[in-house]
Amino acid sequence: MKNLRILAPLSIGAATCLLLQSCSKPPSAANQSANTPQGKLVLTGSSTVAPLASEIGKRYEAEHPGVRVDVQTGGSSRGIADARQRVADIGMVSRSLKGTEKDLQAFTIAKDGISVIINSDNPVKSLNARQIVDIYTDKINNWKQVGGLDAPITVVNKAEGRSTLELFSEHFKLKTEDIKPDVVIGDNEQGIKTVAGNPNAVGYVSIGSGEYAATHQTPIKLLPVAGVAASITNVSNGTFPISRPLNLVTNKSPTGLTKDFIDFARSQQAQDVVKEQYFVPVSQ
Amino acid sequence: MALLAAAIVLLIILFLVWETLPILQSIGLARFFNDSSWHPTSEEFNLLPMLWGTLLVTVGAVLIATPLGIASAIFCHYYAPRAIANLYRRLVELLAGIPSVVYGFWGLVVLVPIIGRIRPPGASLLAGILILTLMILPTITLVADASLTSVPPEYLRGCAAMGLGRWATVHGVVLPAASSGLLTGVILGTGRAIGETMAVLMVCGNVVQTPKNVFEPVRTLTANIALEMAYATGHHRAALFVSGLVLMVIVFVLVIAAELLNRGRIYV
Repeated sequence: MKNLRILAPLSIGAATCLLLQSCSKPPSAANQSANTPQGKLVLTGSSTVAPLASEIGKRYEAEHPGVRVDVQTGGSSRGIADARQRVADIGMVSRSLKGTEKDLQAFTIAKDGISVIINSDNPVKSLNARQIVDIYTDKINNWKQVGGLDAPITVVNKAEGRSTLELFSEHFKLKTEDIKPDVVIGDNEQGIKTVAGNPNAVGYVSIGSGEYAATHQTPIKLLPVAGVAASITNVSNGTFPISRPLNLVTNKSPTGLTKDFIDFARSQQAQDVVKEQYFVPVSQ
Repeated sequence: MALLAAAIVLLIILFLVWETLPILQSIGLARFFNDSSWHPTSEEFNLLPMLWGTLLVTVGAVLIATPLGIASAIFCHYYAPRAIANLYRRLVELLAGIPSVVYGFWGLVVLVPIIGRIRPPGASLLAGILILTLMILPTITLVADASLTSVPPEYLRGCAAMGLGRWATVHGVVLPAASSGLLTGVILGTGRAIGETMAVLMVCGNVVQTPKNVFEPVRTLTANIALEMAYATGHHRAALFVSGLVLMVIVFVLVIAAELLNRGRIYV
């Protein structure tokens, strides 16, 4: 085996492993001293809100060196439960509060909207809800059936567990098992590239990333939903139907550090973080 | 150093087992092969289509890349003029150094639309096989090249003395003498193909299904983990660790097989 010399570097197998261990410690009580907040804030809940909250948290920590912001995921229901039992200072919930949850207080920090996108070479101008459902359940599989060219439809869907898929299927009353995709994608960017490269594809992405791509020479177009144009402006003023609020919830009226953080998350200082994460800032 | 590497491998296996143990105990291993489909959020965990995806993509790529890789190593060594051979080697080395995400990106914006024109949707088993072929070709070529270099020169002189032609020398003497090295190259290429994630994720379409032809999209085990890990919780997350464990078992079997094959060859 004289060729060991070349084998050695080649055979270093790359085994990567994500050590994602949630270290759940009980939150230390938020320090009440008003002008220089100190202590630790624990946020738990929705995996949609978590990346945003964690970015806002980093910025907050940078401006308040005495504070640590700990963000943990586990779904909106965990956010509700933890905030209610005060296991967490703030719960993260990616929907409006239900009637049974009115004991909690919700603060919207951003909105999430999704738009259906198609290639700009596709002559189809709009699709109604019925058509979208039929396309995603494979009852319609040619663009001819919805007024387009005679070409098979490539259905682009999101991977299971993604919040965009959750919002999409919730809005169109689709079960994830019933969706018959031709391509499954991970993040928004991959969805945009897939639709841009395939004139017969239809997909859906977060409205922020879709609008950015469509206005920056990417050959895709955003379809209107129920006659409302898909745009950040329409999500922000509440007219666009496929959207939901991203909320921070607390057990009672927030005080001290908790209040300061929530105010910070809703202020102008956090708005660019919201846009970076392809969410829509709330109109103040 | 070697001990440390071994310890890390063991730790990773231990970690995988540790993460998967709760789900294996509560729902059992059989469900991962008998469930009707893969819908982890509604507790359906069939991994078989993805196992097929991984195997088909890998086998396809290895079947195409092996003859090409060995042929180009032979070309470099025994047929090409020195200048062309050196240039060719540099190019192959460059090919080996391109990051997988670049291959994936190229596949997504160039290869997939081309395949899509022949048979939509384009993102397919075929696209995955072609991209992986490109990625493992340099590995196989370079290892084959090195093992051809290590064929003892007296063999070649012996062939020349017997008046053997170039092809007869290559076919009758060089290839059998270098076979162990060539096989190692193929095994390394296979390992790389099985573990490749990013490029495959971008071009394969990732639909969970057992493909009926090469134009249908598939999802591999690695792509499954990368796609869903960021948003998975509870059983869903544990099921992804089972994907990882299955992948580990495949690689383990591959290594053992390579070892047995090579051992046979040395004593023959």
